[in-house]
Amino acid sequence: MTRGRAIATTDSPRRRGLLFDLTRCIGCRSCMHGCRHANDLPIPAPDATPPEELDGDNFTAVLPHEDDDAGTVYFRRLCMHCADPACVSACPVHALAKRDDGAVVYDRDLCIGCRYCFVACPFHVPTYTWTRTAPVVRKCFLCAHRLDAGQIPGCAAACPTGATVFGPRDVLLHLAREQIAAHPDRYVDHILGEHEAGGTDVLMIASIPFADLGIWTDVIERPLPELTWMVQEKIPYVIGTGGLLLGGLYWVINRRMRLGREGGEES
Amino acid sequence: MIRRRITVTRVILAIILLGGLVITVRRFALGLGAVTNLSDSTPWGLWVGFDVISGVALASGGFTMAFLAHISGDHQLRPLARPAILTALIGYLLVVMSLIYDLGLPWHMLNVVLNPNIHSVMFEVAWCVMLYTMVLFLEFLPSVFERFRAERWRRWLHAAAVPLYVLGIVLSTLHQSSLGSLYLIAPGKLHPLWYTEMLPLMFFLSALVIGMAMVMVEASLSARFLQHRLPMDALARLGQYLLFVVLLYVAFRVQDLTYRGVWDRVLDGSYESTFFVVENLLFLIALPILLHPGWRRRPATLISAGYLLVIAVVMHRLDVTFVGMRRATGAAYVPTLEEFWISLFLVTCGALVFGLAARTLPVFERGDGHAHDDAHADAGGAGRHRLA
Repeated sequence: MTRGRAIATTDSPRRRGLLFDLTRCIGCRSCMHGCRHANDLPIPAPDATPPEELDGDNFTAVLPHEDDDAGTVYFRRLCMHCADPACVSACPVHALAKRDDGAVVYDRDLCIGCRYCFVACPFHVPTYTWTRTAPVVRKCFLCAHRLDAGQIPGCAAACPTGATVFGPRDVLLHLAREQIAAHPDRYVDHILGEHEAGGTDVLMIASIPFADLGIWTDVIERPLPELTWMVQEKIPYVIGTGGLLLGGLYWVINRRMRLGREGGEES
Repeated sequence: MIRRRITVTRVILAIILLGGLVITVRRFALGLGAVTNLSDSTPWGLWVGFDVISGVALASGGFTMAFLAHISGDHQLRPLARPAILTALIGYLLVVMSLIYDLGLPWHMLNVVLNPNIHSVMFEVAWCVMLYTMVLFLEFLPSVFERFRAERWRRWLHAAAVPLYVLGIVLSTLHQSSLGSLYLIAPGKLHPLWYTEMLPLMFFLSALVIGMAMVMVEASLSARFLQHRLPMDALARLGQYLLFVVLLYVAFRVQDLTYRGVWDRVLDGSYESTFFVVENLLFLIALPILLHPGWRRRPATLISAGYLLVIAVVMHRLDVTFVGMRRATGAAYVPTLEEFWISLFLVTCGALVFGLAARTLPVFERGDGHAHDDAHADAGGAGRHRLA
């Protein structure tokens, strides 16, 4: 259906991302392992229970979902690297930033630790090292350090089935559309991240509706930073108008009271 | 003047303060995780929900009274203005203290000035709180100058009084409303009973409500503990203004629920709806008390309306921070004893500083710093107190 349609080219040409195909994921958790190696995270014991959520030592998590029809479906949790990230707009000190190549990165030297990014993120991604005396935000940074070195993110490099692939976002989007068009029986016609939160650089396709996974259900399509900017942009007008209005009000009332007093004295 | 006797109150105060110091050491030596129940799913807890977001609202009497008594020129309210400004100053200092406890890396705080992101609502809150605390300090300074008879300094500051009040009101309008705007970025997370594009307006209006209500509560508290006479004429007059803003708040609430078509959720019996109904009932219960002229002039009824509205607005703030966000985060959050203790500790410190200032500075004696040019307004009697 979508085959042959022109690929959207309005995006920054260098923007990269990941395409995660849930139908190809076998739940081997190699991506989690690749991620830990790439980011110098502690390696858990082989018999340790896998984490059920993202945390300071797990920038990504592979989670099983039992579906009535499709059986066990595995999905990944990780930073979605929004095109217009809510966290970046929410951060008061530019500790979070969106790089031209798509990665949403973090600078601990700027962070004040207000955790507004946690509130803002529609995908519940940021995590915190709560037990440290100098806590920092931990999340997937799209292996920005590896991108700088010309390498691909650890998870994509480690995936044995091609469930997670790395590439320019427009190419990935094209790939996802082709997959869905070629196998309409295998996929739900929905690319998660194409429009969610104004579009994300991590895209996902699946055999079941994403709503069934019980997460990401309330993510709106509009870029979230617009919602606060609508109000923020009016600050100068509030200052100008408010200041004039209050000053004027004081002047008028004060003058009338003074005149009233003088008039009272005359009579 | 202050008798050094061991009383039950003093023992309790000592326990609160000592415990607070111990927890403070633990907080900074061991980290947030050691003393709080905060988690990745509840990143904002009691210290943000109560101490900061409610705390800023509780201190809104400063700008509300500055507007009514000094800008709109209701001289009857002058005796209430200076205590309100002192409370606001102490309140904002407590907010800054709470932030130091709550921020993960408080020693990076200056980055808000050095590397600001104007797109962030948190930037606006931080800047306004910072600037307004300075403005409040300057607004309060005349009392200090009066105490030390620094007449020349007092006159200097008096010349800047009106611009300072205007600046304070503008800054307050901005950050009181932006505490609501903080949540505009979380449409999928905050429950639709509370999430509305009107959040900034609702927060601003409720700040006006709690500001005036707190002035009533404080007046009754200082009447009891500092042996002041209750300035009932001024309070009853304030009750009229309070009635007006409560009506405005309720009207906007009703309109908002209707416009967004979420009335069915109000009574759907869910966890959120229960809190929402209770929160708004508190506003509605206070209404008839304020409407009835006789009740408005009776200290007992007026002050209880004040308490009701203070609780209502604090509940609104806590509902937004905890109740409304709970479904999205999927985790129940109960603050630790340490979190409660630090909140209590900070409030206690604030009350002690207020008591000290009220005893040593001319906070309650006269209307305000420039009352001398219309001293006749104060001579009405409403503003005179005897100091303990």
